[in-house]
Amino acid sequence: MNGSPWNPVLYKVSSKSIENADLLTFELDPVGDEAIDPIAPGQFNMLYAFGIGEIPISVSSILPSYPTLVHTIQDVGRVSKSLIQLPVGDIIGVRGPFGPEWPVAQVKSKDVLLIAGGVGLCPLRPVIEYILDHREQFGEVNVLFGTRHPDNIIYHRDIISWQSDPSINFQITVDHAFPSWRGNVGVVTHLIDKAKFYPENTISFLCGPEVMMRFGIYACLDAGISEDMVYLSMERNMKCAIGLCGHCQVGPYFTCKDGAVFPYTMMKPYLNISEL
Amino acid sequence: MKNIKEVLSDLSFFSDMSDEMLEFIAACGQNMHFSPDEYVGRESGSADYLFVITKGNIAVQLEHPTKGTFTIRSLHDGEIAGFSWIIPPYRMQFDLKAREHTSVVALDAGCVRKKCEEDHHLGYLMMKQSAIIMNKRLEDTRVQLMDIYSGRV
Ligand SMILES: Cc1cc2nc3c(=O)[nH]c(=O)nc-3n(C[C@H](O)[C@H](O)[C@H](O)COP(=O)(O)OP(=O)(O)OC[C@H]3O[C@@H](n4cnc5c(N)ncnc54)[C@H](O)[C@@H]3O)c2cc1C
Repeated sequence: MNGSPWNPVLYKVSSKSIENADLLTFELDPVGDEAIDPIAPGQFNMLYAFGIGEIPISVSSILPSYPTLVHTIQDVGRVSKSLIQLPVGDIIGVRGPFGPEWPVAQVKSKDVLLIAGGVGLCPLRPVIEYILDHREQFGEVNVLFGTRHPDNIIYHRDIISWQSDPSINFQITVDHAFPSWRGNVGVVTHLIDKAKFYPENTISFLCGPEVMMRFGIYACLDAGISEDMVYLSMERNMKCAIGLCGHCQVGPYFTCKDGAVFPYTMMKPYLNISEL
Repeated sequence: MKNIKEVLSDLSFFSDMSDEMLEFIAACGQNMHFSPDEYVGRESGSADYLFVITKGNIAVQLEHPTKGTFTIRSLHDGEIAGFSWIIPPYRMQFDLKAREHTSVVALDAGCVRKKCEEDHHLGYLMMKQSAIIMNKRLEDTRVQLMDIYSGRV
């Protein structure tokens, strides 16, 4: 990381694209010569809306044109709303990158099962990009994406291209649908029957609401995937991002410093403890 | 093309059944085909069949008086549609609508029930497999009801 982890680097909003009613994807470029280090799939940055606050946001695509950053932000509260409302050309502060990567580069020749729920697709999109760029290094590749409603589907252009790509099995399901929706309806774990993989040779990455990840993990284990081949991204609310404030603590771990990407075996004792 | 017994024997639902049992159950079956948007079964109708989807996609739907049709679940190749056949008063609880050209093996509910009464071991296997699926669907519905994607993770 460049300089002090406390000092934000100035980036300007160079483009914004609307994903759905409350979700936008931003491209950010450094204002001056200083840029943060290259970011990897699974890592996140702290994005600072000046005078309002700072929030962790995962990298949602990795462009070849470093140092441009891509982040997708959902409007849920004060800081995310003010970031989303920034016009193109405005300046924000960026600290990062933080956290470990999805271990995608270390799993060559394995079958891959990605399970994403809602905005959990954002941190997994760079994994899909990586795999498609190195397709020959992987076995079967499955992406199961569950979201609330057809209106909440994001990354339409990517999804159309993934669905028409025979080298990847991309499946979507929604919890609730309008009458004309002809796709899948039901929880994301239901899609596991449509995935093709050899469980003993499969690695699985999950990101989404924690309840979804718990059921997703059970589905992976029931399908025969080994516990130590399951990884998840724990997107607990955080403040400092450097393991000081304790906001994001899960048991002995700080999701900012030790995660957000964790092996399931590390998180297993803590996942269904209420209010931990 | 596979005969009905071969179709059933490929499915985990029937995997514990002996050859004789499968033969028995298959004798209650017939192939049916539905066009897109054709109803496979209607809510409040008599649950005359248990449908094994061999190809296609069936939506489990409910009509809302003002909000239109809700699709609660979609079912695909290899899945079973309709469990009202096993639970008195054998009345369909939802609409089942084909979303594309859909083929099913329709097992005659009266015939299967009669065989289950005659052979309780067969009845137990049918009940056990149905309970596994019904439990999974109940669990899924509970998660859907939590509306987990409504806010941030
Ligand atoms: C490692 C990591 C990566 C993330 N990546 C993304 C991303 O790519 N895109 C994205 O849109 N968001 C992402 N988030 C979530 C994002 O950081 C929060 O939505 C944001 O901090 C909310 O701040 P706010 O001021 O807008 O809302 P607040 O006013 O702080 O909160 C609004 C509501 O959201 C709840 N909330 C806030 N943060 C979280 C959280 N992390 N988990 C569950 N509930 C929360 C609050 O309790 C409150 O009810 C990520 C979080 C983490 C920890």
